[in-house]
Amino acid sequence: MKKTVVAIAILCVVGLSSTVVAKNAADTTPAQDIETYRSYFTKKFPGVPLQEFSNGVYAIDKVSRDSWEAIEEFPPYEPFIEEGEELWNTPFANGKGYADCFKDGPAQRKNYPHWDAKRKMVVTLPLAINECREANGEKPLKWKVGAIASLLAYMGYESRGQTTNVVIPEGDADALAAYNEGKSQYFSRRGQLNFACASCHMQSSGMHVRTDILSPGLGHTTGWPVYRSKWGNLGTLHRRFGGCNKQVRAKPFKAQSKEYRNLEYFLTHMSNGIEFNGPSARK
Amino acid sequence: MRKPAKLTAIAASFAAVLAVSLVPVSSMAEGAKETIAMGKKVAYDRKLGNCLACHMMDDGVSPGDLGPPLVAMKTRFPDPAKLRAQLEDPMAANANTMMPPFGKHNILTDDQLDAVIEYLYTL
Repeated sequence: MKKTVVAIAILCVVGLSSTVVAKNAADTTPAQDIETYRSYFTKKFPGVPLQEFSNGVYAIDKVSRDSWEAIEEFPPYEPFIEEGEELWNTPFANGKGYADCFKDGPAQRKNYPHWDAKRKMVVTLPLAINECREANGEKPLKWKVGAIASLLAYMGYESRGQTTNVVIPEGDADALAAYNEGKSQYFSRRGQLNFACASCHMQSSGMHVRTDILSPGLGHTTGWPVYRSKWGNLGTLHRRFGGCNKQVRAKPFKAQSKEYRNLEYFLTHMSNGIEFNGPSARK
Repeated sequence: MRKPAKLTAIAASFAAVLAVSLVPVSSMAEGAKETIAMGKKVAYDRKLGNCLACHMMDDGVSPGDLGPPLVAMKTRFPDPAKLRAQLEDPMAANANTMMPPFGKHNILTDDQLDAVIEYLYTL
């Protein structure tokens, strides 16, 4: 109990003051962080069940939820699932296909992101898709939109109902370091406007920027890829990371850069226990 | 012929003196109005102050609610230096604030900050 209180206190300090972050990111364990992060939101939004956080802002605002539910009756991401299935079933030039890389089929969300101990790096699902292509003599796909998003939509749809379970392997210092880098990234202020991810999606979640409601960070990783009305298109998680960084007037990192893969590792770990529900639709 | 010319010159110089002494008086009122108008423009501009993203203020439409409403500014900030400091680098007063450092990060120029402050004191 005492440990939890200390963990909460430290994460609060880390979350709210950028200068402390680098020093303190390693002060709490991943398991403590999940507890702290999750209870922050369940206390801030009482009555919202844990699983509901996979629906972003629609978990906390009735008005937005009503129009979202109407959109979900004819989901804008549906054609992309069909396109993704076609891509999945189209053999590469060498006669092989994605099924040869992903042996247990397209329902892969539960396996990503994961720590690859041999390569000492976080492997995301889009990265694994392109590595599969390259291993079979195919050109890698672009990271943020297009064919990769459609493939992810199909694989995400097949994975619906799987539970997030990102493991930070015990005793692997490199894995923990990658996790802590992602955590620092999340809590560090950046850009001309000086916001951290946590400024908007933790500290100010539920509040309004003009008429937009800031979505809670818990569950942020479950619904990808996302059809965003603002994009008029389906996009990947790293596309959104880049967009957020641009909005605070920071130079975005590249999609699938070490920075964004580590951020995805931390952020997905925070949603452990919440079901994957991608692809999804957002404003 | 020469005399009237001289008179005209004298009259003209009188007029000039008069004009010079009058201009600052009228332009001060005009100038303050212009500064306040410019301050409001900067405050409302989404790419500049964008104050309405977080603050309810004046006749601004669809304001956000991350920050407090901007009202009674003279009462809340009797010392203009404090208001200036709050705009320059709000984290100095509150390390947890989300308010961007408009001066420190050069989001606004000095002139724009001056104008915004003049405008804020009308609220």
